Amino acid sequence: MQEGPVSREIIVARDLVKHYNGRAVVDGISFQVYRGECFGLLGPNGAGKTTTVKMVYGLSPISAGELTVLGLHAGSQSREIRKHLGVVSQDNNLDPDLTVWENMEMFARYYGLRPAHIAARLRQLLDLMDLSSAAHARVETLSGGMKRRLAIARSLINNPQLLILDEPTTGLDPQARHLLWQQLREIKEQKITILLTTHYLEEATKLCDRLVIMDRGRILEEGEPSALVAKHVGPQVLELGLKEDPPAWQEALTGRFAHLLKGSWLLGDTLYLYTDGGNRLLQELQELAPPCHYHLLRAATLEDVFLKLTGKELAPADVEA
Amino acid sequence: MSRHKIKSSPLLFRPEISSRFLVVLQRNLLVYTKYWRSSMMFNFVEPMLYLAALGVGLGAYIPRIEGMSYLEFIAPGLLASSTMWATSFECTYGSFIRLQVQKSYHAIITTPVSLDEVVLGDIAFGAFKSILYGSVILLVFLLLGLVSSPLALFVPLVMLLSGLVFAQLSMIWTSLAPNFEIFAYYFTLLLTPMFLFSGIFFPVETLPLMARYLAWLMPLFHTVQLCRGLVSGQLPAGFIFNLLALLLFVLVLFLPPLLLMRRRLIQ
Repeated sequence: MQEGPVSREIIVARDLVKHYNGRAVVDGISFQVYRGECFGLLGPNGAGKTTTVKMVYGLSPISAGELTVLGLHAGSQSREIRKHLGVVSQDNNLDPDLTVWENMEMFARYYGLRPAHIAARLRQLLDLMDLSSAAHARVETLSGGMKRRLAIARSLINNPQLLILDEPTTGLDPQARHLLWQQLREIKEQKITILLTTHYLEEATKLCDRLVIMDRGRILEEGEPSALVAKHVGPQVLELGLKEDPPAWQEALTGRFAHLLKGSWLLGDTLYLYTDGGNRLLQELQELAPPCHYHLLRAATLEDVFLKLTGKELAPADVEA
Repeated sequence: MSRHKIKSSPLLFRPEISSRFLVVLQRNLLVYTKYWRSSMMFNFVEPMLYLAALGVGLGAYIPRIEGMSYLEFIAPGLLASSTMWATSFECTYGSFIRLQVQKSYHAIITTPVSLDEVVLGDIAFGAFKSILYGSVILLVFLLLGLVSSPLALFVPLVMLLSGLVFAQLSMIWTSLAPNFEIFAYYFTLLLTPMFLFSGIFFPVETLPLMARYLAWLMPLFHTVQLCRGLVSGQLPAGFIFNLLALLLFVLVLFLPPLLLMRRRLIQ
């Protein structure tokens, strides 16, 4: 299915707006997704990520702005667009009464494909997602991770030009999540364009070539994960769990070590010092000996970028039901 | 940069329908092959209980109606109502599970299949159940000697129309339903009165004039008239109007479930 337009842009969004109950849940965002890349929408719950992808596959009418997907108009040509999409949505929406294989067959039919003609492809996809041995198991009996893998296998049936993954690992235990990341990287190798939404910075870092950070319907920043980290927080972060009067200590330390710092952020008792000379900072800090519960020097991540940009944590106490 | 406003108005509603709705029907049939035995049993037993209690038991004390024994009189009516119940259960509880619990609608509409086709596929499945369950019961009635005319061969056609009407009505309710509890109202306030006052247990002519007019607004009344006429071989004088009334219901109720389901899911 490579006959489509050969332009570089797979998605072009310009000043895209979505009003819902009088509130702008997506508030004028612009971005491009290029062929072959994995593009991320990173942000907390309620940032407008899912609404944005729903506009891409036509389940959410556009309030204002422009959205072109595969050279087609996202509002009026949505059926044509969906022929070339694979979508893994946030909810588990497999058919629980059917077997793994029957789920694959039915989805092939929705795309107008005859399962008998593409049996080899269906088997190959189950292989890819490590589900071959469960082909004839009822979906109800699968683990959460297996269900998610089946949803991904199912989304690849039509050989999509664009794969949309909406929070693909939410609700999975860490082990299943890591396994899934590995498999998603294998899919990435095949140069499928991917649009990924996530509130896991680790996921975004591992999978995305480029991403936008979203909050409250707006795009705060755009770029490669490592470039964003370098630009906003530098390579390292020193975390100090302060015992007393954190604001005063923040002022004192940022004044004293201005030459070593790229910025700082205080969240409760925890002071984050963004730096490119972590060891030296730590050494010089010994002299002042601020009263601390703990201190931790670590590599900076997208989480720190997000914290600095929005003043809040991305996935506070990352606990899933 | 220029901004276009894209309007969406119910007045501009254009259904997106192709033969793809058959694939949705196929999906429902495939799932049905997994549980048809238990489902069929449930829908089959109930009319038989009514037939035994009322037709045989109560019927012994009741004089002949329209030249038929009471058993012969109510059997076609129970045939008609059993299709109403089967379809209505499917397109309320069944559809709501697909919509709200299993999120099957959400999954299918990420593919080239449209939401209109998904709804239509569910309606077609409701009509299928009407024909299937009705035909099984008709067959049992035949074996019990309760079918006295070859015209009964046309009964499945009536079941198709009745199935479509009740599937559409149920889908309207489903598209508006916030939870499962709300379906009890549909059954108690809409279907049960229809069951009792559509001429199954007594001719509607015994009712006051107003109620007789009201009966014409009830799709089940027309189904009962047609089934009784075809099974007994004595078609009522106005049977063509009963047929036209059912057709009119199907046409009038065609768009509302599509529109309401769009309003619910595409936001």
